[in-house]
Amino acid sequence: MEPLNNSRLSVSKFFIIFGMLLLGVGMIFGLIGAIQYIIPGYLKTYLSFEKVRPLHVSLVIFWILFGATGGVLTYLQEHSGRPLYSVSLAKTQLFIFAITTLIILASYVAGSFGGREYWEFNPVLALPILVGWILFIINVTRTAKSWKGQPVYWWMWLTGAVFFLFTFLESYLWVFPYFRENIINDMTVQWKSYGSMVGAWNMLLYGSSIYLMGKISGNQNYGHSKIAFLLYFTGLFNLMFNWGHHIYTLPTHHFIKNISYAVSMTELFIFGRIIFLWQKSLTTAMKHYHHMAYRFLVASEVWVFLSLLLAIAMSIPAINVYTHGTHITVAHTMGATIGINSFLILAFAFDILNNSCVNFDGFKNQFNKAFWLSNISLFVFWLSLVAAGILKSSWLMSVDRTPFAAMVYSLKPYFEVFMISGLFLLSGMLWILYLMLKNQLRCYFRQVLGRNISDSSI
Amino acid sequence: MAFDKQRFIIAISLLTAFLSYSFYIYSSLPVKDYHISEQSNNGKMVWQKYNCIACHQLYGLGGYLGPDLTNVYGIRDTYYIRSFIQNGTNIMPAFHLSDKETTELISFFKTINETGSSDPRTFTIQPNGTIKQ
Repeated sequence: MEPLNNSRLSVSKFFIIFGMLLLGVGMIFGLIGAIQYIIPGYLKTYLSFEKVRPLHVSLVIFWILFGATGGVLTYLQEHSGRPLYSVSLAKTQLFIFAITTLIILASYVAGSFGGREYWEFNPVLALPILVGWILFIINVTRTAKSWKGQPVYWWMWLTGAVFFLFTFLESYLWVFPYFRENIINDMTVQWKSYGSMVGAWNMLLYGSSIYLMGKISGNQNYGHSKIAFLLYFTGLFNLMFNWGHHIYTLPTHHFIKNISYAVSMTELFIFGRIIFLWQKSLTTAMKHYHHMAYRFLVASEVWVFLSLLLAIAMSIPAINVYTHGTHITVAHTMGATIGINSFLILAFAFDILNNSCVNFDGFKNQFNKAFWLSNISLFVFWLSLVAAGILKSSWLMSVDRTPFAAMVYSLKPYFEVFMISGLFLLSGMLWILYLMLKNQLRCYFRQVLGRNISDSSI
Repeated sequence: MAFDKQRFIIAISLLTAFLSYSFYIYSSLPVKDYHISEQSNNGKMVWQKYNCIACHQLYGLGGYLGPDLTNVYGIRDTYYIRSFIQNGTNIMPAFHLSDKETTELISFFKTINETGSSDPRTFTIQPNGTIKQ
């Protein structure tokens, strides 16, 4: 089937466009949160941190979900050579997700919470998300002609879609007193679901990135290779059983921790392969350097390397005891959600939205600057968090701890670097989003409102 | 075709193992015999209602703007905790909790304090890399 990056504004493109708007706003709330770290009490009366954090986290998670959905729905059609099983289902999902996201954001501003990490909104609002996701699964499973002979990325899409549903449901088991009443039981199941849920959305994104990599290089053989499936099953094995590293310090079952520790070490295989293929990846990267989508794929590979390095270290309980509850965990999360998840979705966005109205090639120079600004500032941002984490760890382990407030004050210089680099990161990312979104809005106005807008510039 | 069959077998085996593991955990939750007062249960919902986890941690999990509160009940007296909750700080807003909510939240702190210690200094690192609490 022809690539779908034509000028038609399809429902899958709207998923990505809406997701990009969420990312832009989400990053602004992230900056406000960073400012609240260095200016105590900033916006405390109207937008205190217990509102800013869920606004930031939810917006970014929904960006990942919207982006992952948009990528899968587009590439699924390209791969299978057929239109979606049901465009109406996809449109309904988009509508449900968009409305629910807006209600969730409004509820945070109003101070109404469900009060759980990640999903901090009222649990009633999980129901429409659940319904929307079931519609997505129907499209994923019914669009392909057959389940036989499918490449690895199709398996990853299916796995990601199904496991997200499972873990999302699991994360709401707390509504039953049996799971909720005892905090240790509750936290065990909560982090079981969250650990696997991140693996589920990574499956969706990595699947699309393998497809896109093959599309750019013109060779889809990798998707059918044994090594691709070996890596997929290693990833799936980790998704299922390595979540216990989140709760090494929780007084829960020891077997959960031991299984997680052992399973996490199989990630060394993935890590070793990245190092082994480094030279080859670099050569290919140089060959496709002009391709913006490819450049983001390569950047995400670098961040996979750094994030995996931290993840494997944190999966060793003896190291985890030092990193747990410190900003090293935040560095890992930020590196993964921005450097891997967001960069992958931006790669899909470049591929899918290119040629909608305007070819992005005319703005390569600006994209290039924004790309480097984002990457360099993300690296400084990441380093500042690691440094703050090391200092907090040393405070946590010290015999005579200074008061908490004094420790936070001593980290202020690192938080300042974090905030300033975050500002540059925000600028770089907003620049990219602006260049792409302005183009898409022109399409929207032309097609939906019938206005005659010139293509000459974005 | 044989490769396809192999993949299905591995996938089904993994899925079966995962579901068995999950349902085993659900049916054998780590803490079986416990008594938690209604006051403490309500306190947990107060904790969630005001989204305390955004700034504070329990067992090192949560937000990092404020301190970990797992063992706050063990190291501070209730007057101190009550005063913090009711008045806030220069960073934390005063959430205007009712007396009942404040008492329930403190009861929740008491319950979680009894579950164990979140202080990493109390953990022992074993030669095989695991930790003992």
